[in-house]
Amino acid sequence: MANADFEGRVYPADAPYSVGREKIREFATAVGATHPAHHDLVAARGLGYLDLVAPPTFAVIVAQRAEAQYISDPAADIDFSRVVHADERFTHHRPIVAGDELTTVLHVDRIVSRGAISMVTTRCEIYAMPESIEVPSPEAESPGEPVATVISTLAIRGEDA
Amino acid sequence: MSRPDMAALAVGDVIGTRTVTFDRADLVRYAGASGDFNPIHWNDKVAEGAGLPGVIAHGMLTMGAVVGLVSEWAGDPGAVVDYQTRFTKPVEVPNPGTASVDVTATIGVIDGDAGTVRVDLAVTVDGAKVLGRAQAIVRL
Repeated sequence: MANADFEGRVYPADAPYSVGREKIREFATAVGATHPAHHDLVAARGLGYLDLVAPPTFAVIVAQRAEAQYISDPAADIDFSRVVHADERFTHHRPIVAGDELTTVLHVDRIVSRGAISMVTTRCEIYAMPESIEVPSPEAESPGEPVATVISTLAIRGEDA
Repeated sequence: MSRPDMAALAVGDVIGTRTVTFDRADLVRYAGASGDFNPIHWNDKVAEGAGLPGVIAHGMLTMGAVVGLVSEWAGDPGAVVDYQTRFTKPVEVPNPGTASVDVTATIGVIDGDAGTVRVDLAVTVDGAKVLGRAQAIVRL
């Protein structure tokens, strides 16, 4: 049973994730995304982007890294071997491109337990940090330019479910 | 690549169909690329211990693989401004062998004021739905 005390918790902006060209190519290949804007700089620039464009679900890398702060906390009572992914949503405020330095503010929006099943919804607000800042300030309300919102729900089955 | 002409689209138009296949190597490749090393996606014993019939594909791999059809149709992957799904049924991946995932993409909503269309994805394995309410909003 997920610990309901974590509902409403907000984790401050995490250590930046540097979006690399080869990571975009690697991820695009892994999901079979063949659009040239993921692989070829000339094609990406031809569409008006500064650099290679990440596929629509690339932000999951950044989001899962941020979610781990919560999920891997023993006090949260989430048995990862009993977790099933229930839903996922990506809202892009602008496309992610190679060269972005992304930092994430993690929100634990909802924890609901019914019977032996707990449903946990997290929201990752992902920002691109300005070039002048290397480490996000934990106090900053918005650590940069909003890039993506990733909402994810996990279902955790209890021992008897 | 050309962009679709919004004025020429109608709700219900099928913009494309595709079959994507996953074998065990594809799951390992996605694990490495995404950083999601949950062993239910590569270790049969762990998967069975978790009550699954065997190794299953990452839901996020299925979600990521089926949207390629939309990115290519849009002519610009950055035009996919919103994309959501529910994971309704696990995709079992045999060893050896492949799982075949069938995708049909249909225009669900046209919003002329916003300049967007909603593309609805029907995603099935052997006729059974594996993703629910899979919807991509595309800016045209």
